[in-house]
Amino acid sequence: MLNRIMKAQRLMDAACLRLGRSINVMEVCGTHTVSIFRNGIRPTLPQGLNLLSGPGCPVCVTDQGFIDLVLELAARGDCIIATYGDMVRVPGKSGSLETNHKADVRVVLSTDDALRLADLHPDKTVVFIAVGFETTTPATAVAVADAARRRLKNFCVLSGHKLVIPAMQTLLAEKNNQIDAFLCPGHVSVIIGSNAYLPIVEQFGRPCVVAGFEPMQVIEGIAEICRQLAQGTAEVVSIYEGVVRPEGNIKARQLMDKFFEPYDGCWRGLGKISGGTLRLKNQYARFDAMQRFGIEEIPAEEPRGCRCGEVLCGLASPVDCSMFESKCTPDTPVGPCMVSSEGACAAWYKYGRRRRRNG
Amino acid sequence: MVDNYHKRVLLAHGGGGRLMANLIADKILPRFANETLQKLLDAATVHVGDANVLFTTDSFVIKPLFFHGGDIGKLAVCGTVNDLAVAGARPVALSLALIIEEGFEMELLDRILDSAAHAARAVGVAVVAGDTKVVERGAADGIFITTAGIGERIADLSTDAIEAGDVIIINGTIGDHGMAVMSQRKGIEFDTPIQSDCAALSPLTCAVLEAVDGVRFMRDATRGGVAAVLNEIAAAARRDIEITQTKLPVNAPVQAAADTLGFDLLDIANEGKVIMVLAQESADAALKVCTNHELGRDAAIIGRMLESAGPDAIVEMVTAIGGRRVVQMPYGRELPRIC
Repeated sequence: MLNRIMKAQRLMDAACLRLGRSINVMEVCGTHTVSIFRNGIRPTLPQGLNLLSGPGCPVCVTDQGFIDLVLELAARGDCIIATYGDMVRVPGKSGSLETNHKADVRVVLSTDDALRLADLHPDKTVVFIAVGFETTTPATAVAVADAARRRLKNFCVLSGHKLVIPAMQTLLAEKNNQIDAFLCPGHVSVIIGSNAYLPIVEQFGRPCVVAGFEPMQVIEGIAEICRQLAQGTAEVVSIYEGVVRPEGNIKARQLMDKFFEPYDGCWRGLGKISGGTLRLKNQYARFDAMQRFGIEEIPAEEPRGCRCGEVLCGLASPVDCSMFESKCTPDTPVGPCMVSSEGACAAWYKYGRRRRRNG
Repeated sequence: MVDNYHKRVLLAHGGGGRLMANLIADKILPRFANETLQKLLDAATVHVGDANVLFTTDSFVIKPLFFHGGDIGKLAVCGTVNDLAVAGARPVALSLALIIEEGFEMELLDRILDSAAHAARAVGVAVVAGDTKVVERGAADGIFITTAGIGERIADLSTDAIEAGDVIIINGTIGDHGMAVMSQRKGIEFDTPIQSDCAALSPLTCAVLEAVDGVRFMRDATRGGVAAVLNEIAAAARRDIEITQTKLPVNAPVQAAADTLGFDLLDIANEGKVIMVLAQESADAALKVCTNHELGRDAAIIGRMLESAGPDAIVEMVTAIGGRRVVQMPYGRELPRIC
């Protein structure tokens, strides 16, 4: 392992020397962010090689308007909210699912759990809060297929599913962006395939390297990015060998296409992204919570002073935010990046907050 | 500090993390203010006549009631025995109070009580008092158990005795109990099921205390895991702690389960693990006692107390790849990640 680390570090040093300026690599996935902090990778990087935590945490990119919608449904009294864990603590306009004592909120690990809840509680409507990227969307599609097949009447989905590629394109289209390359998410790439990043390489000339979540994978992914930057090339490379195929998981992609269609939904910090959010297709409207309850996404109201949006775009670091560590902590989160364990602010707080003065 | 964010009690308030620490400090300590309670030790020293008796209590509300490697009955005995053991006591007697939900199956009650009796006998502790209450359906979830225990002091342990250079030993793999219960609760099955480490630690702690001088402090790493205990020790001793990731004993399937759910094993509960802080010169002898004992076969020296001191003492870990990171006090309710 030591040899591999040293080889990677040589590539990083060479790139820093060659470019003679700081290098900004954005990790797009929240699991990468956590791995980077949990394994103490940042302090091992050469000075001038910066990691930016991008919009890859599903909770963090979920717009406040969506959270308010969830809270509105929770307040109805005739719904059971079935959600993945991290969502329960995201504050909306009026508290969070965790602090809303009237809401019937069940943390589920899978869409199967949500369907089971619907079976167990025929008198209530189970609303599955469907967030996440291409990794979780196929499972939601399967659940809807299952519910349709069984003609389940008390199950529906509030979809906030997001697509990674449009977000990356939006970031690069921003004139002031400082992103030199992307460390691309391992799990998402299993589904969408490494070929999905070709447009980014071709259109914007930025290296895209897919890596797994083991610390060596992350380090070698960054090293591969540095190799490309030093040579002035931009390619799609996957070092997540044997796991990510160029074409991805075709079955899962077909499943997504069958049930979902992209529309211009809101992302926190990034605003409306063209074709960046998924909703159920018209023929499955009866499983769409928005259609069923006749509700609409309320225009977002970001908490005053919260800089999660800039953090998600790599324009600010969590410590740049005046609320970080004071008003905004994991116990009393203001913005979503502090709520989710995979959020950049929570990771900074948990793992990077205070580092010893001299190594 | 009383915060206005939490108007009601949350599950996280009972999770052994920061939220629970705040609740105890804000709501409980001021009302019962006394020197003994203030110390927030695993067991309190009570002077009865000429004797110093160690006294503690604990409640058990686990779901599922039966898990790989144990059940609520065994847990109720081991938990209280361990609180006494890590306080430097030889456990002597326990009380056992049951709150049972109407309709609870008698056969399950038999199994739980058999298991509790077996666990108590195994460490030579008598159950000498008890209470039984039945509440109506829905007022409890199956069965809740509260145990209290007394023990005879065999060593004087305190965080005040901790010095720079002291070493930190753990008696085995981390996170087994939490991941066993969680994977069972969430229906995540492995080829070999993850076993809880639920065990009464007094045979091991007594063996170490009898064989070795220089044990400064011990604490069992239950809720909040090793991360919580190390942070408590750092704060109380007002000294930084450095641990080494590659020294932490870990079961591969447990690590895999934690990775799947996005958990950090340092934050995950144990029910048969003790963190010991010892003088450096005692470390090897203590480690030997541990590794020769069935409760400490995988024991390891995982870190040390540092020179630097202060009220904001922190815990840091040297990671496997040679990086460093802070080990924080967990929040209190670990939520599985989304993808």
